[in-house]
Amino acid sequence: MIKFKDKDMQLLLGKVLRAGTVISVSIVFIGGLFYLYRHGHTIADYKKFKGIPDFVQHFSGIIGGVLSLKGQAIIQLGIILLISTPILRVAFSTMGFVLEKDYMYVGISMLVLLIIFVSMLSGHAG
Amino acid sequence: MKKVIITFAAITLFACMSVIVFTLIILIGSYFAGLLGSLTGLGGGFIIIPLLTLLLNVDIKYAIGASLVSVIATSSGSAAAYVREGITNMRLGMFLEIATTAGAMCGAILALYIPTNYIAVLFGLILICSALLSLRKKAEIIVHQKSYLAEKLKLNSFYPVNGSTVKYSVTNVAGGFFMMLFAGAISGLLGIGSGALKVIAMDTVMRIPFKVSTTTSNFMIGVTASASAVVYFQRGYISPGLVMPVVIGVLIGAFTGSKLLVNATSSRWLRLIFAVVVSVLAVQMIYHGIAGKI
Repeated sequence: MIKFKDKDMQLLLGKVLRAGTVISVSIVFIGGLFYLYRHGHTIADYKKFKGIPDFVQHFSGIIGGVLSLKGQAIIQLGIILLISTPILRVAFSTMGFVLEKDYMYVGISMLVLLIIFVSMLSGHAG
Repeated sequence: MKKVIITFAAITLFACMSVIVFTLIILIGSYFAGLLGSLTGLGGGFIIIPLLTLLLNVDIKYAIGASLVSVIATSSGSAAAYVREGITNMRLGMFLEIATTAGAMCGAILALYIPTNYIAVLFGLILICSALLSLRKKAEIIVHQKSYLAEKLKLNSFYPVNGSTVKYSVTNVAGGFFMMLFAGAISGLLGIGSGALKVIAMDTVMRIPFKVSTTTSNFMIGVTASASAVVYFQRGYISPGLVMPVVIGVLIGAFTGSKLLVNATSSRWLRLIFAVVVSVLAVQMIYHGIAGKI
């Protein structure tokens, strides 16, 4: 088996990052087109903070929105993918460290993933 | 009288803007933010947030959410190139990401409880700091000290220069780690990349070659922003209609910026102009924050 080296990891991570960014921003763009088509002539009001429409708050709502071609839902899906791209990169790094048998860094990268996971949960609490 | 009418018209225009016009203005503004941000290395967040809050009257919470997402986009997009070149120190980045993500999570949670006008003032102050820091002279120093932690954590490395490789060591790991905690918290609190702070932590505190510092910082910005973005997302700070033009504009702007070849002299002039512009914006933000208008 060919030894998985740092160089290979670098190439792989680069591809993951680039693909993730391109795909997610494309989805955001497409969602944007739908959104503008439907809402382009309404008044833009972001003056007071009042959260976001309910259907884009939860994953099930977003999927439902995507299927009914709601622009905001499609955009939100793209945003979720965009936010996950660096997280995915860390996951790939972890696997890369496993292949390199660098267990100290397997631990370190998993710690980073754990922190992000806790961050996700704490967003819900309170 | 004429002045009153014009002012009134302007206010009405901005108050009752249609989504299409609003989106277009943000698109253009974000493009320039991305362009300047990438040319000066300071990131677009510093222009986006004042643009949205001061000019377009967007609530700062929405603005921070949008900026954060755009930071992820530019970081991921550009990091791909740097990682390929082999300059980024991935182990260093990964280790320091423990600090930045922890800091970012805390910063994002703090942001939920801190009144927005304090955030505006803090934003202005950090803006001024970053602008001043970017004007520093960068001396290329290679350190070869022995550091126990750096050895244990396998942080010492090398990078390619003109065909050959240059070895370097990392010192003051603990100091760098703490600085990263702070940089992460600022990123989560203000919705910026904190690239300048991260570079300081590596370049000045840990004595790492400048080129490695900047590329590794870029590498880390995305994950840091993600850690706080997940918090903001669940709190409804990420508004799709607003984020969409910001992300697209900034990304295209940053892409254009990366393609423009800038030599050393014009780079310095650019930084000077940028410093002046952001200082004006910073003062505005601080003023609005104190006056309670944000």
